[in-house]
Amino acid sequence: MASLGNFIEVLSGGLLAGVLYSLVALGFVLIFKASGVFNFAQGSMVLLAGLALVRSLDFLVAHSMPFAVAVVGALLFASLVMAFTAWVIERFVLGPLVNQDGLTLFMSTIGATFIIEGAAQLAFGSDVYPLKLYPTDAWFALQSLFPGGVLVNKLDVWGGLIAAFLVAGLAIFFQRTKTGRALRAVADDHAAAQSVGIPISWIWFVVWLVAGLVALVAATVWGTKLGVQFSITFLALKALPVLIIGGLTSVPGAIVGGLIVGAGEKLAEAYLGPLIGGGIEYWFAFVLALAVLLVRPQGVFGERIIERI
Amino acid sequence: MFYRENGQYKTSYAADAAIFPIRQDKIAIGLLLLFAFAGVPLLAIMGVGPFGHDYIFKALLIPFLILALAAIGLNILVGYCGQISLGAGAFMAVGAYSAYNFALRIPELPLVISILLGGGVAALVGILFGIPSLRIKGLYLAVATLAAQFFFDWLFLRVKWFTNYTPSGSVNSPSLEFFGRVLDSPTERYLLTLSFVTVLALLAKNLTRSMVGRQWMAIRDMDIAAEIIGIRPLYAKLTAFAISSFIIGVAGALWAFVHLGSWEPLAFNIDRSFQLLFMVIIGGLGSIMGSFLGAAFILILPIMLDQLPHALGLHVSVETVSHLVSIITGTLICYLLIVEPHGFARLWGLVKEKMRLWPYPY
Repeated sequence: MASLGNFIEVLSGGLLAGVLYSLVALGFVLIFKASGVFNFAQGSMVLLAGLALVRSLDFLVAHSMPFAVAVVGALLFASLVMAFTAWVIERFVLGPLVNQDGLTLFMSTIGATFIIEGAAQLAFGSDVYPLKLYPTDAWFALQSLFPGGVLVNKLDVWGGLIAAFLVAGLAIFFQRTKTGRALRAVADDHAAAQSVGIPISWIWFVVWLVAGLVALVAATVWGTKLGVQFSITFLALKALPVLIIGGLTSVPGAIVGGLIVGAGEKLAEAYLGPLIGGGIEYWFAFVLALAVLLVRPQGVFGERIIERI
Repeated sequence: MFYRENGQYKTSYAADAAIFPIRQDKIAIGLLLLFAFAGVPLLAIMGVGPFGHDYIFKALLIPFLILALAAIGLNILVGYCGQISLGAGAFMAVGAYSAYNFALRIPELPLVISILLGGGVAALVGILFGIPSLRIKGLYLAVATLAAQFFFDWLFLRVKWFTNYTPSGSVNSPSLEFFGRVLDSPTERYLLTLSFVTVLALLAKNLTRSMVGRQWMAIRDMDIAAEIIGIRPLYAKLTAFAISSFIIGVAGALWAFVHLGSWEPLAFNIDRSFQLLFMVIIGGLGSIMGSFLGAAFILILPIMLDQLPHALGLHVSVETVSHLVSIITGTLICYLLIVEPHGFARLWGLVKEKMRLWPYPY
């Protein structure tokens, strides 16, 4: 049980699963950085993106399109859906709530969550839809070092690669482009950004669009792993401890937090689970987050919280 | 014309600090309580109108009263003290399972005591999970309360001692015996629930008007300023957590014993927490009256949406209805947050203002 090979297998599996949590957490961080809104709707956006993708893909394939063309078409369609969602949220929910306090905005995104969940399932159906975009077979690594090697799922490796690309792309977008600079200005101070001529509603639309596209990427990976289904929305809840541990405002924090949560919960399940009855994966991340909150409320990479009267 | 306080002079401090300062309010509340306690059972015995059926008690009145009670508890925490909580369902579960275990393991205990002890255990757990609120607030606290939700979901599912080692994990409530009388009929159960709700709602109303209630509101409005004028955040926040969890725990025990009869941990999952939070937001943050209005609305909306297509002769599947309910609830929450952040309670207040001036609007 407690052999080194086994440990490495559990650890690598956990780390890679953690990257997948990070994919969802990234969407949260983007929106929080740029608008100070804690976007509870990210999980439902993953569901919406996934449903739009898989249903249009099925539709195109059924109409005898070649698979590659169908995938591109479906991705385009899903992106359009996410753009429309971003526009609706900005126009009708967050726009009227400018300058309200964070708690009100948070609760309004809970409302948005329910609208998106209902509308997505009403429009695209509420079954489990299998999605096959990445290879999902297992792969045995390091066979020369350990007997039987270390079992790694190829999908998890793909997830890791995609997350790396995503973070690099986002970093370039934030640091090097004009829109990215405007985004950072808005994050610093809404009113000051507006007064130097940054169109705040356009910026928020861009942020929600980017978060929607990140949700789409997360949906491709998670959809391949679990099938596109309603329980994907629970990922949003799993991503919350990732955010708390990594810090709400840090993109690398989201990745590191995901790694900590993924590795922590798999190791706890494997080594602590048999002692106190299995299934502790379910809450381990949250208790870990609670412990981090007590010691370091802003998270590992978060900016220090300064309060003024 | 009728709702006007002209000529009602307050000649003592007691009159000034009365819970319902206006005479018309007193009469209205008295009539409402009289109707709820005596009128409804009488109508049920005589079989008049809808009150003749068990359905209205089992599916409407009892769940409404219990959920309103839980919403009052949550409102104390979220609406009065400003500490957002996504773990209300977990505290209901704690109340239900501790009351169950008290009743099971100490059979001599009267059931009222078991239910209240269930609330007490929930209060202790509430204090425990309230401790992080001393260091963190807002969204961070929401995550901390989510930890409570997931932890207790798991605990009651996996640790078999709590469910008395039943193989399926679902447990049955003990027989509802109060003062030597077994409550079987829906009307009796309704009266039992109503008594609990009335006492606890009055208690909550008075607490929010007392010193501790004002401390909660000061903490909610600005915690640092409150601390500077001499309010101890430790005391204010933890009392809010304790009292809120107590009320939610009692509501959970009632929900399990009186409404469900036999239940699984799923009855108190995160959906229940969100449902309660919505009742509080839609009804009105920081209003006892609003908790009742919000509970009534959230409970009745799905039933209405279920009945409406039937009445119009359309066929709509159950799934579609549940999606529509979710869309409408979400839309309403966003709408109310934008247009009327104080919820239905504020609308009720506006009606009262208008009634004062009616029919001469100047």
